[in-house]
Amino acid sequence: MLSQKTKDTLLGPLNVNNPVVVQILGICSALAVTVQLKPALVMGIAVTIIVAMANVIVSLIRNTIPMRVRIIVQLVVVAALVTLVSEILKAFAYDIAMQLSVYLGLIITNCILMGRLEAFAMTNNAWDSLLDGLGNGLGYALILVIVAFVRELFGSGQLLGFQVIPQWCYDHGYENCGMMLMPAMALVLVGCVIWAHRAYNDKEAK
Amino acid sequence: MKLNTNSNIYTFVYMTIVVVVVAVLLALANQSLRPRQEANILLDKQKQILGALKVDFSQANPAEVYYTLVQDTLKYGEAEVYVANLDGATKYVLPLSGKGLWGGIGGYLALDEDKNTIYGVNFNHESETPGLGAKIVDMPFRAQFEGKHIRNAEGQVVSVAVLKAGTRAEGQEQVDAISGATITSTGVSTMLETNLSEYAAFLNELPVVEEEIVEPVKEEEE
Repeated sequence: MLSQKTKDTLLGPLNVNNPVVVQILGICSALAVTVQLKPALVMGIAVTIIVAMANVIVSLIRNTIPMRVRIIVQLVVVAALVTLVSEILKAFAYDIAMQLSVYLGLIITNCILMGRLEAFAMTNNAWDSLLDGLGNGLGYALILVIVAFVRELFGSGQLLGFQVIPQWCYDHGYENCGMMLMPAMALVLVGCVIWAHRAYNDKEAK
Repeated sequence: MKLNTNSNIYTFVYMTIVVVVVAVLLALANQSLRPRQEANILLDKQKQILGALKVDFSQANPAEVYYTLVQDTLKYGEAEVYVANLDGATKYVLPLSGKGLWGGIGGYLALDEDKNTIYGVNFNHESETPGLGAKIVDMPFRAQFEGKHIRNAEGQVVSVAVLKAGTRAEGQEQVDAISGATITSTGVSTMLETNLSEYAAFLNELPVVEEEIVEPVKEEEE
């Protein structure tokens, strides 16, 4: 159904070419929104949509962009999209807009966007750019969800705001790990994910 | 026709067009979505006031519930006080705003008719840490305020302190801070104190309707 190249473009970023654990992009926002699962999910979806749209737009106008100001043009496209999405969310999904608050604006500075626009969209056609944007956005969301899952489960004993660790455990001396709520733990967890990912893929390669 | 996309004139014209197109697009979006956004902001505010009044609006239209309960707004300069009627009892709702750790925090404080006993509170925040400072919006923290008094035995307004469990406040009532969120908790404490002092005009007057004095001033402004 999909050619090998298309598959690589779409699915590569989920694993072997993951933007967070292989390209080490977008780490700062990964620290900020992963205390709980819900903001991590919403952030993942928002970045996926915006990186895909920005990729398509930049890819469509790539031949007209003056080389010397290309970064500025990319930035204008991303900033316009983020502002537009935030306006639309405020009008139609106010609760989610409030939940994302500052992080929505921070998508503009997410290095995954600039990285993909510069490395992929500037040299590829719109369809491939769309797939690349979706793939990278989902790859980013995947890592966010893994980290947020561990942090919310062990940090507050909850998942998506629902209590999952039963009261029984607390009665028998179990305690939530306060460390998990600190941003530093996100970095340690991302490190663990990178380690596991490298170890697995190195084995595959041999 | 082959354009030199690297010439200065091309670059200049290109950027101008891009910026103008984007500006027009965003201005259009902003203009067309504004009524909906403002409606959302108003609805959010009404829901928060209902939250401070501990009214359950999950089964009904929040705006309708709001307008049946809150019929009066008192104005004291910049400060506004919402007067609500809950089953015959008068409650005053005072909007609050202050600073947390990462950004602004705000809320609504519902007082009983004696302008002393706290009936309920509701807090909101822009960007406090989820799982820590953001817990100020949750019921366990908010419920602590219910029934506390903002005045001391002499009747002076002294606010309610938010303090680490185990420490005692002198001459005022207190609630427990959220552990691990000291700055947000202190922010709530400071917010209550400074905002209540801004409402001195309201808190120090006897329960009288102040409407007549406010109205003509408003007309002059228009």
